[in-house]
Amino acid sequence: MSCDLFDVIIVGAGPAGIAAAMVSARAGLSTVLLERGNYPGSKNLFGGILFTPELEKLVPSFLEKAPLERHMSRRRFSFLTTDGELALDLWSNRFNQPPFNHSFTVMRSKFDRWFATQAEEAGVQLLTGVVVDDLVWKDEKVVGIKARGEKEGQFDELYASLVICAEGANSLLAEKSGLRSGKSKMTPQNRTVAVKEVLRLTKEKIQDRFNVREKEGVSVVYLGEVVKGALGTGFLYTYEDSISVGLGCEMKDLIDRKMAPYDLLDHMKSHPVIAPLIEGGEVIEYSTHMIPEDSFRNLPELATHGLMLVGDSAGLINNSIFQEGTNMAIASGLFAGETAVEAKQKKDFSLSTLSRYREKLENSFVLKDMRHYGGFLDMMREHREYLGLYPELTLEFLVNYFTVDGRSKKEIKKETFRKLRKKISIPKLIMDMIRARKMI
Amino acid sequence: MAKKISLEDRLFLVQRNFGKKSHITIDQEAFRKDPVKPILFICPARVFLLNESSGECVINHENCLECGTCQVASRYVKWTNPSSGFGVTYKYS
Repeated sequence: MSCDLFDVIIVGAGPAGIAAAMVSARAGLSTVLLERGNYPGSKNLFGGILFTPELEKLVPSFLEKAPLERHMSRRRFSFLTTDGELALDLWSNRFNQPPFNHSFTVMRSKFDRWFATQAEEAGVQLLTGVVVDDLVWKDEKVVGIKARGEKEGQFDELYASLVICAEGANSLLAEKSGLRSGKSKMTPQNRTVAVKEVLRLTKEKIQDRFNVREKEGVSVVYLGEVVKGALGTGFLYTYEDSISVGLGCEMKDLIDRKMAPYDLLDHMKSHPVIAPLIEGGEVIEYSTHMIPEDSFRNLPELATHGLMLVGDSAGLINNSIFQEGTNMAIASGLFAGETAVEAKQKKDFSLSTLSRYREKLENSFVLKDMRHYGGFLDMMREHREYLGLYPELTLEFLVNYFTVDGRSKKEIKKETFRKLRKKISIPKLIMDMIRARKMI
Repeated sequence: MAKKISLEDRLFLVQRNFGKKSHITIDQEAFRKDPVKPILFICPARVFLLNESSGECVINHENCLECGTCQVASRYVKWTNPSSGFGVTYKYS
């Protein structure tokens, strides 16, 4: 590689990196986007839903152009016990109209690849198969990257006024840079391990089984017995002619319980509620990834002189019941791109200009939501009853309540309430419900 | 229910391309001293196996799906990105 000086080098062509590259190139900055995979999206995966308000800002015609699978007209939140389900099933015909609640399933291998071509059209120079092992520093400023060369131990240096790190959840560069240090280093407490399978099913079967029409889809979040009560959730998403099933659990919890992720996936797939939904599905891919669970107060530093972190690398995920990441990734890329443009105008790439990036995030939904839901996981950790005992008792209560066995309703109700009181203190329950309200 | 699928069959489905040289290394001494050895069960691709007789960890790096979990679960594992052209290429994820 040559010693050209670029305005911006972006490491990682996922949604955050591509968005940053696009904004930067559109403003006329010379922008290089580096991807270690054979093509953008080839090493990426997510749950997941692509949330699109920020994508629409960047590519207003994405609805016609992007490789979208299905829009999410049905959102289901399901608590599982060993032999039952208590679910909230939300469907709205409003979600069937543009902008489709800005929620779509996509395959990352197709979507990221397409998104990157949009960036290339904006003038971004995309280089694939480039593995970045380190940053180049000069006078405590980041001035470039070290790409792994052909020979062992040899590196090609590439220089830029600014580096944007969009390497993802496995944040090796962010750690090396020092921006992820202390409590923001990757630990079993701030990383979830996720595994997923994609199963082929016909369109007709998907639409019949999940009660949706052509182009419509469903997302299901599973809680409780699906992960044997561990701190985590299961998921199911419908694509056009396939579905994905998988789960994510906090790494520490898996270690403490000595659980293997693939065993949990087997357990999930054989659950009496889930098994009929995936019946006949042929597994076409198995995949795994980490998910950042950085809490708001332990986020990494988001910038230093000549360097910004975006997306998963910066830990920008709303890990509450909303499970939003793609929108935060694209938003952070957008803000980093804008900040790069401002820095170029000022000819100042030091932290004094780059700190604008954090301000932009603070003033947007990204850090507002992360701040608000910052305590969600801690609360789930400390009060396991929200994921276990409470929904279990509710389900048990309802099963008893609706039991038909020849007794009078009065007798059944009396018996049901008596059982409930034996298991739970009502004042504590009320207090806990008040506390839970804040988390919704 | 859908037919049960073994981890070996799952891995077989993923397009992977690995060279002879491992992108994962381990401090065997630290592994030996670790009473928990989480990498033996937490790795979603079962890259790490225990050699019962020597107490050493055997690394099947060609199973790796590049999640990076191992080095976070056990800091005595050193994981680096596979070199250009190597590693997993997902098609449907």
